[in-house]
Amino acid sequence: MNRKPKLWGLHARPGTWLSRVLLAVPFVVLISAYLLGSHYRRLENEHDKLLPSVSKMVASVERIAFTRDKRKDEYLMLTDTVSSLRRIGIGMTCSAVVGLLLGLNMGMFRGFEKLSLAFITFLSIVPPLALLPILFIAFGVGEFAKIFLIFLGTFPMITRDVYLATSRIPREQITKSLTLGASSLQVVYKIVFPQILPRLLDTVRLSMGAAWLFLIASEAIASTDGLGYRIFLVRRYLAMDIIIPYALWITSLGYLCDLLLRKTVSFFFPWYIAQKEA
Amino acid sequence: MEKETSLTLHIEDVYKSYGEKLVLNDVDLKVRAGEFCTVVGPSGCGKSTLLRLVLGQEAASSGTILLDGAPIGFPNRDRGIVYQRYSLYPHLSVLDNVLIGKRLERSYFAWRRERVAIRDEALEFLKKVRLSGHENKYPHELSGGMQQRVAIAQALIMRPKILLMDEPFGALDPLTREDVQLFLLELWQEMQMTIFFVTHDLEEAMFMGTRLFVLSQFYSDGSGADVRGAKIVADHALPRRITSTFAKDDPEFLALREQIRQEGFEPEYLQHVKDFNLKHPDSFST
Repeated sequence: MNRKPKLWGLHARPGTWLSRVLLAVPFVVLISAYLLGSHYRRLENEHDKLLPSVSKMVASVERIAFTRDKRKDEYLMLTDTVSSLRRIGIGMTCSAVVGLLLGLNMGMFRGFEKLSLAFITFLSIVPPLALLPILFIAFGVGEFAKIFLIFLGTFPMITRDVYLATSRIPREQITKSLTLGASSLQVVYKIVFPQILPRLLDTVRLSMGAAWLFLIASEAIASTDGLGYRIFLVRRYLAMDIIIPYALWITSLGYLCDLLLRKTVSFFFPWYIAQKEA
Repeated sequence: MEKETSLTLHIEDVYKSYGEKLVLNDVDLKVRAGEFCTVVGPSGCGKSTLLRLVLGQEAASSGTILLDGAPIGFPNRDRGIVYQRYSLYPHLSVLDNVLIGKRLERSYFAWRRERVAIRDEALEFLKKVRLSGHENKYPHELSGGMQQRVAIAQALIMRPKILLMDEPFGALDPLTREDVQLFLLELWQEMQMTIFFVTHDLEEAMFMGTRLFVLSQFYSDGSGADVRGAKIVADHALPRRITSTFAKDDPEFLALREQIRQEGFEPEYLQHVKDFNLKHPDSFST
């Protein structure tokens, strides 16, 4: 038999080190391209705004994250992060709770399914951003409208996913629970609910991307703080030295959320992971 | 009619059809308490449908099904069930799987009070199914045979009036299968339960049962019609000769096996309705 190729083809099995190198390649390419571009643009124009140097970005971050703002007497980046996380946290928690309760009951009770499935499907197709003006008109430009947009944008998907997962629980298992003396409510909340919980966390994790989108959109339009607000504020001055670090920061926050949810699932629900792999 | 008191399951004139397709055609049978009765038949004959009717998971199109004299309703504690798959709750440990029934019937406070006793009982059952020491594992960590033994313990701890089993060993490899078969027979003798066991495996049905129903769609009723639902075409009492050395190549066993294979499994061999072998004392036909 031929030796297995390391990199190319159907039979390739990259080793540990090669895997690490491969993983780093796109990042290195992106960063190098940026640094090169930045370097050459600054050769032409010392004060180029489009691709600022790393040192310029560090200085800006220093100013916005680690120095008290004179006018507001607070660390701007910290304030922005806290208000954004608060909005996305409240919004997603509401989505998760409502989505779980709706989806679970839709999956278990045929009557309730008929009542709500078409409506939830309808809601999930309405583009939430199109509703943003309505929300602002109806609820004002305060916190509620922003949180409500995140909720509105994510809960139909979560509901549908929980519903699908619930209806995939084998009929046999439900019958079995009844023969063991469970009441209808016990079947739903003691047998099915704990099995859906990890799936819910998974769905929330996948919906986080959409949640960030809605958060930043609503902050960009009407807000006085928040990560999205800041990016769109400094855009007026072409302040790429703040926009780029903020974008990176938002990405890291998103990654952290994702990691946290994934670790929670694998720590508390080992049987779920085993089931997924099987 | 003093015998009637010891009858557990009574099925009379039961028809089941899905749309146009008739699956069960006038099934009559009675099962005596303490009996290990097996239902065997070719694939697609409606064995599992019959079991689902007894379980209450589906309703018969017409006919009567009584359990201890009372009409059966939706699935409840009277009937235990062991399926081929999906019997265990993947999110519970083996011990919790076994005691879940006990837990469901108690309020939170009653559960707190009686927790220790119930735990001990569950451990006792796990010992019976030879799974001591595995109580903290999850179902996915067990082999197929072990999972089915947990499922049996899970059903038995509730002491159902009748234990229904739908191809419970169908997914096991032959060696494990034989092992679990013997084990179930021992448990049946020890606990004196009534078992209604559905299988497509004739040898398994003959080996396990004290009574064997053959359910088949291969028969003739003189009408010449081709498409029809299954009936009980034979009802055999089997001598209880359980021992681990019971020979499956015993000539008597082989002869009976050949007879049943003809009665139930041979599409070309069409017995007339009147010639069905229904000589069992509990057998009846309306």
